[in-house]
Amino acid sequence: MSADLIEVVKDRFPDAVSDSHAYRGDATVILRPESLLAVASFLKDDPALRMNFLMDLSAVDYSTYGERPTTAFFASSGVAVRPTALIPDEDPWPGPPRGARFAVVYHFYSTDKKHRLRLVVPVEDDDSPEVDSLTGLWPGANWLEREVWDMFGIRFRGHPDLKRILMYESFEGYPLRKDYPVNKRQPLIGPLN
Amino acid sequence: MPIETISTTQGNHPTLPGEPPELDTRDMLLNIGPAHPAMHGIVRIVAKLDGEQIEAAEVEIGYLHRGFEKMAEVVDYNGVIPYTDRLNYVSPVINNMGYCMAVEKLIGISVPERCHYVRVILSEISRITDHLTCVGATAMELGAFTVFLYMIKAREYLWDLVEMVTGARLTVSYCRVGGVKADLPDDFAEPCREAFKKTREVLAEADGLLTRNRIFVDRMSGTGVISAEDAIAYGITGPFLRSTGADYDVRKDCPYAVYDRLDFDVPVGSRGDNMDRYLVRMEEMEQSMRIVEQAIRDMPQGPIQVDPGTGRPIPAAEMVDLAKVGDIGAIQGGSAVTCPTLEGSGQSQHSSIAADAKRVFFPPKEDTYGNIEGLMQQFKLVMHGHGVRAPKGEVYFPVEGANGELGFYVVSDGNGSAYRVRCRPPCFAIMSALSKLLIGDTIADMTPTFGSVNMIGGELDR
Amino acid sequence: MSGEASFLTSRLGEAIGWARKFSIFQYPFITACCGMEYMATACSHYDVDRFGAGFPRFSPRQADVLFVVGTISHKMAPVLKRIHDQMADPKWVVAFGVCTCTGGFYDNYATVMGIDTIMPVDIYIPGCPPRPEMVLDGLMKLQDKIQDQHKTGWRPAPEPRPEVLES
Repeated sequence: MSADLIEVVKDRFPDAVSDSHAYRGDATVILRPESLLAVASFLKDDPALRMNFLMDLSAVDYSTYGERPTTAFFASSGVAVRPTALIPDEDPWPGPPRGARFAVVYHFYSTDKKHRLRLVVPVEDDDSPEVDSLTGLWPGANWLEREVWDMFGIRFRGHPDLKRILMYESFEGYPLRKDYPVNKRQPLIGPLN
Repeated sequence: MPIETISTTQGNHPTLPGEPPELDTRDMLLNIGPAHPAMHGIVRIVAKLDGEQIEAAEVEIGYLHRGFEKMAEVVDYNGVIPYTDRLNYVSPVINNMGYCMAVEKLIGISVPERCHYVRVILSEISRITDHLTCVGATAMELGAFTVFLYMIKAREYLWDLVEMVTGARLTVSYCRVGGVKADLPDDFAEPCREAFKKTREVLAEADGLLTRNRIFVDRMSGTGVISAEDAIAYGITGPFLRSTGADYDVRKDCPYAVYDRLDFDVPVGSRGDNMDRYLVRMEEMEQSMRIVEQAIRDMPQGPIQVDPGTGRPIPAAEMVDLAKVGDIGAIQGGSAVTCPTLEGSGQSQHSSIAADAKRVFFPPKEDTYGNIEGLMQQFKLVMHGHGVRAPKGEVYFPVEGANGELGFYVVSDGNGSAYRVRCRPPCFAIMSALSKLLIGDTIADMTPTFGSVNMIGGELDR
Repeated sequence: MSGEASFLTSRLGEAIGWARKFSIFQYPFITACCGMEYMATACSHYDVDRFGAGFPRFSPRQADVLFVVGTISHKMAPVLKRIHDQMADPKWVVAFGVCTCTGGFYDNYATVMGIDTIMPVDIYIPGCPPRPEMVLDGLMKLQDKIQDQHKTGWRPAPEPRPEVLES
């Protein structure tokens, strides 16, 4: 079933789809950013797909993928520990989209056909990332995109009112990016600890 | 803020004899929150009022943002579980279960059948406590303080039940990646039956006090109305969506654990107003109790605790010391008397609470201290540089939370901790539609509407 | 009042302390999970009304004890400080739950690591969340403190914790 979904999208938009997979049964399609709006409205309106739910919209920062150091218990003594191998996987994942730091991930669901699809849209520009907004198709995307802006700094073209939602207005930086340290404080009042 | 301009409107008020015909009126901006009496959570609603009618409302959230997703990247896979407890803190086991099942899907393991049943039982009990809190708080805000006290009383009985199994009342951290912390006690069915009997009495009393109460019905019917198309467009799921008539429940449409074997109904409303949501939640509590009773009846029998009369009981510390000096003969055939915290997770119960995956789940303590394989398994899971190292990949796993579809999107890069954990909060979608829900109602209608949204700050802001 | 109070005024002080401790008007500033245990403590099972503290006043002008229940984020901190400033003396602050005592396990960019960095705290009730019995124990200690107010005098605000530069 997940293979059919991917085939339907690929047939309709052969040059928009750059990659696809069904890791652990989740149908996933990796798109080129300029075709996002066309594919999203196709997913919503096409009678065979009828994806009426935009379940989730979030982003991933792939800048330290595969490079995170594994802390070793004896690291300070200079004794190196070779970490345990990964749990083996017969059908490995193709990997994050190449070349892009950020990827915006959309999850769609259809209440009629009961199928799910994930769209991964790698964002081209790492310094000022921008993607099209889906608020015209699903009003629920409004707050979800605001959260991605707040946490990652990815702009959405066409969003009516893009501002911070979870952090306070004077917060500087984008907390969920990998280069934001977890305990860097910018309190509004009170000491810095 | 977008609602800044205060417009001057000419009100068309009926004139009394002798009064000037045109009255000059202005809209008022009323700031409600973030510190406000509703016990639901901290949120700021800036309402533009024309008299008492709400013309526009802007909802501002984020006052309880605690950085769940950032912390999940710092701690290891099992270490995220206490953080998930505090997402939807009135139904913690559902969040635990959702996260653990997402990671298990990523790793590609499945837990034993009895473990599925135990997880389902605890999840449904959590769902009942969530609905009790929501309905009780809504009723209290409308003035029915007695109903709140009754429902919290019922919640205490259920929390006693949860404490019997997990050791904690509220933040249980019960599920683990690859299983659960401990098996149900042998004598679980009887206290469960008692607790449900008392809960049913409380629900009957609340029903009698509220459902045909003129004031309650007038305040709840026709307020906070949303249509099914709008609800789906905003991404709303759960009892909120089902009250509008759209029938979507993750347990029925995308079944997980053992929900496909259990027989239960999903209540669906029709009008999409607050009264329907109240009725849907009341009925869902009854259905959850039905699920738990079936699950207790159908679940595969667990192993009985090793009878201390036959297996000679040895205090655990003594067993450890004897094993360290290699005196295996003295400890063979004995059963370790461990601390009460380890009750239900002994060697005999291990096969029913843990997946058969050495790379993922801790061995029972008798093995950790008793033989070298257990010791190595424990070492490999606990020490830095080792641990649960999921394969590289990404998964999304939805479960039916008390507010709707709670999904976890987990991305792994092969390290001991997750690369990205995204929690799809069900009440986020509902709160984004709140500004639309409030338009047209009066200020007094905001109370039941906001109450039936069941906004849980931990889940909304993470 | 100084330590050399005469017999009559110390008796009066004790009486005032007795009256204050058994008529606590609390402002439960509820944010997070601890709120559930606060509800459990306030309701019939572990009744807090028998201590005279059963009537929550949801306005700082009418309250004398501020129960800060649940995690305070940096976005919420100015609001909390304002509520505290709006309360009239004599006022007491109870830090309910470990997130308000020291920040809990949310050691990150978003959380205030203990409300005593922004306001003076009288009673710390640790726990995540604290059991209702612990809450009642904390309440009884608060009552002892209120009772002894006439002997110890109005407590001065403690020094705020020293600034720690970010590493």
